[in-house]
Amino acid sequence: MTLPALLLLVQDAPAPTVVPADTAWMLVATALVLLMTPALGFFYGGLVRSKNSLNTIMMSYVALGIVGILWALGAYSLAFSDGGPLIGTLTNALLAGVGVEAKGTIPHVLFMAYQGTFAIITAALISGAIVERMRFGPYIAFIALWGILVYAPVAHWVWGGGWLGKLGVLDFAGGTVVHINAGVSALVAAAVLGARKDYGRQAILPHNVPFVLLGAGLLWFGWFGFNGGSALAANASAATAFTNTFLAPMATMVVWALLDAIRTRHVTAVGGATGIVVGLVAITPAAGFVSPVGAILLGAIAAFPSYFMIVWRSRTRLDDSLDVFAGHGIGGLSGALLTGVFALKAWGGTDGVIGGNPAQLGIQAIGAGASFVYAGVMTFVILKALGLVMQLRSETRAEGVGMDVTEHGEEAYTSGEGSILVIPSESAPMQVPAGSGLPATATR
Amino acid sequence: MKLIIAIIRPDRLNDVLEALYRAEVRGLTVSRVMGHGGETERVENYRGTTVKMGLQEKVRLEIGVSEPFVKITVQAILASARTGSVGDGKVFVVDVEQVHRIRTGERDEAAVTPPIPEPV
Repeated sequence: MTLPALLLLVQDAPAPTVVPADTAWMLVATALVLLMTPALGFFYGGLVRSKNSLNTIMMSYVALGIVGILWALGAYSLAFSDGGPLIGTLTNALLAGVGVEAKGTIPHVLFMAYQGTFAIITAALISGAIVERMRFGPYIAFIALWGILVYAPVAHWVWGGGWLGKLGVLDFAGGTVVHINAGVSALVAAAVLGARKDYGRQAILPHNVPFVLLGAGLLWFGWFGFNGGSALAANASAATAFTNTFLAPMATMVVWALLDAIRTRHVTAVGGATGIVVGLVAITPAAGFVSPVGAILLGAIAAFPSYFMIVWRSRTRLDDSLDVFAGHGIGGLSGALLTGVFALKAWGGTDGVIGGNPAQLGIQAIGAGASFVYAGVMTFVILKALGLVMQLRSETRAEGVGMDVTEHGEEAYTSGEGSILVIPSESAPMQVPAGSGLPATATR
Repeated sequence: MKLIIAIIRPDRLNDVLEALYRAEVRGLTVSRVMGHGGETERVENYRGTTVKMGLQEKVRLEIGVSEPFVKITVQAILASARTGSVGDGKVFVVDVEQVHRIRTGERDEAAVTPPIPEPV
C-alpha cells in the first residue's frame, strides 16, 4: 500500500490502532535504515584518498547528528503534517503532538523516527560529490539548510499529502524524494564547488576498496529496511518490496559486471559495489509496485544509463567525485521511469505501461522532473548564499595536505611515531609572579 | 656521477615526478619517510589525548645521475617541490664512488644512463 493511500485510509478510519506486528517490523526497519548512513560513509570513505578518509566518512556521520536533530525539531513537521500541496505546517514542530498514538498502524513517534532516517541518508548522499575539497563547517551548514528547504518540501510533495502524491506519482520508498533529489543536488554542488585541484591532472584512486565493498554490502542490508519498511507495516507489500530489493541489485550487478568485462576485460570490485548500489537505487521507487520478474528486468535495464554516465562523466571537467549523480540521479531517474513501465495493480501499484496504462509513465516523468528542477535550483541558491558569508572550499594547500588533518586534526592511519604527548598542565605557559627575576612567562 | 637525495612534501610528489619527467630524468627510487624540517608542529586530538606531531610524513627521492644531469635534476626538484613554507624539504647532492647496473654489469656513467626501453 502506498503511503499516500495509507494516509487517506487513516483519514477515513476514525480510530486507528497500533498493530504490534507492524510496530515490531518498523522498529527493526528504522534501525536498518539508520545503519545505511554509516555504511554510506564507508562506501564513500573507501573511494577517496587516505588523507581524506576520515573527513569523507564524517560527512556521512555528521548528518546523523545535524539532519536528525533538525528533523525532530521542525523538518518532520514541514514534511508530514497536513498542509498545502507544497509544504506542511509547523504543527508538529518540536515533536508537538508526536506521541505513541497510532499513525497508520504504528506509533507516531516511530513513524517520525523512521522517516528521519531517510532525511539523514539523503543529505549524506550529496557529500560524495564534494569530498576532498569542501570545508566541514560550510558542509554542515549546507546539509542543515538542505534538509529543511529541499528534503522536507519534496518529501511532502510525494508522501506528506502534497501535489505529486495526489497526482498519482508512484514512489514507494524514495526514488524521487531521496535519490533524484540527492543526485541532482550533488551535480549542482559539484559544479558550484569546482573540481579538486588534482582532478584530471593525476590519478585519484580509491584508498581502501574493501571498505567500498563492505559499505555496499551494509547498504544492501540496510536497504531491506528502507524499501521493506516503506510499506509501513508487516504485510504483503513489505514482502514484495523486500524480495524486489533482494532481486533487482543482483540483476544490476550481473549486467554491470558484464559491461565491465566487455569494456576493460575485467570484472572490477569497485564496479561490483557500484552496480549493487545502482540496483538498489533503481528498485527503490518500484519496490512495492512491481513483480519480482519486473524487478529483475528493472535492475538489469537500470545498469546501462548509470554505467555509461560514469564512463562519460569522468572524461569531463565535472568533478562529481564519487559519481553521486550517475548513481543516484540517473539511477533514481531510471527507477522512477521504469516504475511507470513495470508497475502492476496486482502487485500493489497502479498499472504502468505493461499493465496497459502508458499515462503512468508521464506521471512518473512529471514527478521526476519537478524534483529535478526544484532540487537543482535550491541547491544552487543555498550554496551561493552560503558562499557569500563563508568560504566553501578549503585552501589549495590544505587540499594538498588532506582534509583529515586540516579539518579535523586527526589522521586515519597514524602509527604515532614521532608524536609528542602534550600534558595539558604543561602545555600552558606558567604564570610567573612579577618581580621574581624570571622572564614574564616561562615554559616548564 | 652523483647521487641526488631529495626530501620533499608528499603532496608535491606528483609535481616533482612530472618535472623530472619533463627534464628527461629517468630512473629513481621513492620512499615514504618521516622527518622534521623545523616546521610548526601540528597538534592532533584523540579523545583526551593531545599530541604534537613531531615528525611529518615526507617523501625521499634517490636519483643517480651523470654529471651533465646534476644541475638539471636539482633545478627541476627545486622548482617543482617549493611551496614557500617551512618544511618544503632539502636536496642533497652526494659524490658516488661506483655504480653497477645489476642486469648488465655496466659501471658508473653507463650504469646511470637510462637504457633504451626494450620493445614489449
